[in-house]
This record gives sequence, C-alpha cells and structure tokens, in this order.
Amino acid sequence: MERTIYREIKATPSVWMVAILLGAFVGAAGLSVLTIEHHGHIITGMNNQIVWGLPHVFAIFLIVAASGALNVASIASVFGKKAYKPMSRFSALLSIALLLGGLSVLVLDLGRPDRLLIAMTSYNFTSIFAWNMILYNGFFVIVGFYLAVQMITGLSAKMVKMAGLAAFIWRLALTTGTGSIFGWLVARPGYDAAIMAPLFIVMSFAFGLAFFLLTTLVLFKLSDREFGDVLLKRMGSLLGVFVAAVLYFTAIQHLTNIYATEHAGVERFFLREGGIYTTLFWLVQVLIGGLIPMALVFLRPSRQSTIWASILVIIGGLAQVYVIVIGGQAYPLEIFPGYEVLEGFNEGMVNSYTPSLYELALGLGGVAVTLLAAGVGVKILRVLPTNLSDANVPADS
Amino acid sequence: MSKCAELTRRDILKSGAAVTTLSLASGVTLMAFGGSDADAAGADAGKRWGLLIDASKCDANCTDCVTACKTENGWDAHGDHASPETSSAWIRKVTLKDRQTGRKVSAPVMCQHCDTPPCVDVCPTGASMKRADGIVLVDKHICIGCRYCMMACPFKARSFVHEPVHDQSVNAPRGMGTVEACTLCVHRIDKGRIPACVESCEAAGHSAILFGDLKDPDSPISKALEAYPSIALRDDLGLNPAVRYQNL
Repeated sequence: MERTIYREIKATPSVWMVAILLGAFVGAAGLSVLTIEHHGHIITGMNNQIVWGLPHVFAIFLIVAASGALNVASIASVFGKKAYKPMSRFSALLSIALLLGGLSVLVLDLGRPDRLLIAMTSYNFTSIFAWNMILYNGFFVIVGFYLAVQMITGLSAKMVKMAGLAAFIWRLALTTGTGSIFGWLVARPGYDAAIMAPLFIVMSFAFGLAFFLLTTLVLFKLSDREFGDVLLKRMGSLLGVFVAAVLYFTAIQHLTNIYATEHAGVERFFLREGGIYTTLFWLVQVLIGGLIPMALVFLRPSRQSTIWASILVIIGGLAQVYVIVIGGQAYPLEIFPGYEVLEGFNEGMVNSYTPSLYELALGLGGVAVTLLAAGVGVKILRVLPTNLSDANVPADS
Repeated sequence: MSKCAELTRRDILKSGAAVTTLSLASGVTLMAFGGSDADAAGADAGKRWGLLIDASKCDANCTDCVTACKTENGWDAHGDHASPETSSAWIRKVTLKDRQTGRKVSAPVMCQHCDTPPCVDVCPTGASMKRADGIVLVDKHICIGCRYCMMACPFKARSFVHEPVHDQSVNAPRGMGTVEACTLCVHRIDKGRIPACVESCEAAGHSAILFGDLKDPDSPISKALEAYPSIALRDDLGLNPAVRYQNL
C-alpha cells in the first residue's frame, strides 16, 4: 500500500466540457433571477398560499445534504474509521460547496435579495431563521478550518480530531436548525412536530452520502483515478442503513400524527387523498428513494447497484423535501374549526402550485453552483486522493 | 485595543446598513410607520387597540369593509397578471356554515394583531414588529421578502406583493417583494380616528365591528367583551389576538 497522495485534477477537455455545461446552468439561473427581479414573483408558480416553492425545495435539499456530505470526514476524524480518511478532505470541501449552492438559491429567491446586507446585520434572535444565518456562516468558518487543518502538514492528529469534532457538532446543530424551520411552525398541521429536527438529520445522512458518492465517482472518472469496488460497496451498505433510518423516522412522523385525531385530516391528505403529494410520497419517496435503494445495496451489493442506489436516494430525497415543503403548505389551515367555508379567500381547500421554469432554472442553478464550486476546489486544492483502489485503502483497526 | 477595533468595525457596519436603508427608501419613496423607535413614539404602551366583530350583524352580501380598506390603503391597485391567489388581501369576507347545525354566518377576517404574534417571532430581521399599543406591522425598509411570517401566520392574514405596485396610497406605502397586512389603519389611529373598515361598517348601518382600547376597562369594547361571550380565532394557540368575534 502506498501513502495517500492528494493531487489537483487536471483541466482536460472533458473537465472543461463539464464546467461549461455547469456554467450554462448557472447562467440560466442568473437570467431567471433577473427576470423575477424585474417582473416580481408573479411570473413564478408561487402565490399567497404556497409561499415557498420549488427553489426552497432545492435549497433545503442542498443545505440538508451539505451537513450530510461532511459525514465521511466525521466517520474518519471523529469515529476513527481509517478507510474514510483519504476522502475526508473532499468531504469537507463538498459540504461547503453544497451549503454555498443551497444558500445561493435561498437568497436569490427572496422578495428583496438586494437586502442581504440587512439580513446579515439586523437580527431578531427569536427567529430560527436568524439563528440559521449564524449556523450557516459558522459552518463555512468551522468546516473551512477543519479542511485547513487536514491539509496543513505537520499538525497533530489530535488537532484534526478536535476540529472534526467541532464540525460534527456544528453540523448537527445546523440541520437541527433547518428542520426546526418547519418543526416550530405551530399553526400548520403539516409541520409543527418536534421530530422534524431529527428527521432532517437522518435525511442529511442519506442525501449527503449519496451526493458525495456520485460527485466523487464522477470526479474520479474525469481525472482517471480508481475507486475500489469493496470500498464503494461498503459505503453503499452505509447508505442503505441511512435510508432505512429515514424510512423509520418518516414512519414515526406519520404514525404519531395518525394517533392524534386532530391530525387525521392532514395524514389522510399526505397518505391517501393528496393527489400529487400522495404519489410523490409513496411512489417516489418511499419506493424509489427508500425501498428500492435498500434492496439494491443489501440484496445485490455491487458497484452498479451502489451508484443506482445513490441516484435513487437523491430523487427520493427531492420528492421528500417537496412533500414536506409544498405539501405542508398545500394542506389548508384550519382557521374555523367545525365550519365549512362557503365563501372566502381560498379557505379550507387544497392550495394549488405549479412550478414555473424560472423556479426550476434557479433550483438547478444552485446544484450547478455546488458542483462548480466543488470542481474549482478540486482543481486548485489538493483534496482529492489519487488512488482509492481497494488495495490502497487503509484497513480499520 | 482589540475592543476599540471591534467597536469601530461594528460602527462601520451599522452605518453601512443605515445608508443602504436610506438610499432604498428614497428610491422607492417608502415611508416607514413605526419602523424605528422615533416613529413609534406615538404608540402608547398604556393602550391596546382591538376589534370586536359581531358576526350576527355582518351582512353576507356586504363587502363595504373590504372596499373601504382597499381604498384607504391602496392594495386594490394590482398589476396586470394578478389572480385571486396572488393579489393582496389585507381583509377578506368569509361565509361559514356550521357542519353540525347548518347555521350560516359571515364575518371579515384580517390581521388578528396577536399579543404574541408568530410572524414577529419568526421574522429574521425584525421587520415584523409589534408596536407598544399592540398593532402588528411590517417595516418595509427591512423586510427581505423571505415570507417566513406568511408560513407562521395561522390566519393567512399576510400577503406578498408579487408585482410592481402602482397608484399607491400615501396612507400605506407598499413595495414589490415585501410582505404586507392590515395595519389596523395605524395612520388613522395615530390621528385619533377609527379604522376605515369600522367606519364603513357603521356607514352601511351594520356596526358589526367595534373598535377600541382593550386595556381601558371603561371603553365600549371592553364593556362589550365583559358582558357577552366572544371567541378568538385559533384560541388553542394561545396567541391572545386583539381581534375577537361574537356570535360566530
């Protein structure tokens, strides 16, 4: 076994092609933002009932995945699994890139993105949003520091472990904050649940690992490096465990609601009568993004099955966030219990939402920002190991 | 030394934010009401303004309160693409039917001016704010348009301005990309007048909306609340709204 060597990727024509493609997506997102800025959100699919649309789905997915992508590094630094050590630099870099992409979408979908300075300087500390701004900014600093101590030669392993531990605790706080954006909304029956925070944490484990695996494999392919089958299958099994945990927390989320009679309506909506949301829940989130990936990695573990499982977990994850964010708003608020609303302002009916192309472009632009940032990172920094073949992966003690 | 440097840095940041606010303000000619301590000086902490809506007096076919609010605050002036889903609705009329008894009843719904408003709790910048006299407002200067307040409001009382606005009323400046809601006609209250919806309901001969100071035990609204049963919408949330309903 040779020593782990980290090298920048070379700017080959295929790397340039990918960069140009990603740049096109970022450009499309930029055009969308300018158009929305000019005309107002009227040209998007949002309205006064569904106030957070597709951009929020992408933003929340990326922010949740950001803390999850750091897992690989945490497994190495905090939990001492040596096989993960060579990947931990890129894990830290990718988590920063994911947060950057997610926050870009979130900020650019504001009604007044030009007032970002106000959001940075005027805080209301009873707002979980304001706390999140501190958590997000702190994440950049702490994970950036963690990446730096990993890269600086001559620093003690203890220092790396301490930085890794700080980053691990911070990422748990960050995802707790993201989940609490919904968990603490007491007025809406689709949210208002303490389980949102731990649910978001397990979601982050699954989404982040899936995103990490796919991004790493693409970068390895582009730079002609080897990623061993045994290592990949091992990480695939871990992904399967995370997916099972997401399904478990999702089951508890719904079972708790079903038990309380007052929440029977919203559960009937999500699980049986919600149209697109019911379909997304059972077909995409549970089956395609949950059961099938588990079957793939546990029943037929292979390189291909791990790759497919990762892709399906991301598709299922986007569906899950869509059901939580948009489905939670689509279900009507119960303002007049015991009454049927004969006339009113979309009262008591399921609110409709059709995403616009502008919102899709903005959301995909966020993914492109993430991938571009990660790509630039591996081009200029020595974070990607040259060889992850099974023979070269350190054995765990 | 380091403390001095930190203070200076903070001061610079603060002044930067202030300049931004001013230039934005002149660009869009927004006037803040109660946006700063100075503006809110008119608010009297010894008062809490509220409404008592008697649903039995509200005519299902009358929308005078909605029309008066639109005229007073200029939120009817919307753009070319507005639909009922995207138009602002500071006040709306609802007609309800009791699921068990079939009894029908109508009433207006607006910002309930909660004592512990969820919109104020969740607002990241403090743009959603409650004045000393209990009126819940949006400071249009520091609203970033995140819409978290709309997610948190149990009454769907808030609207997001989806389009460029025209023909604004000087009473209530509006801005695209920000959130707005019933101000309880704060501009009138500060001049000793009653809200436009209350005035129009009286003019229509219904007098279904009673306005007054909830903290004054001798005010007509306090006496009415003491004498007759009333409810708050979503009372289970414990928000103690300043708008209460009778015969709903």
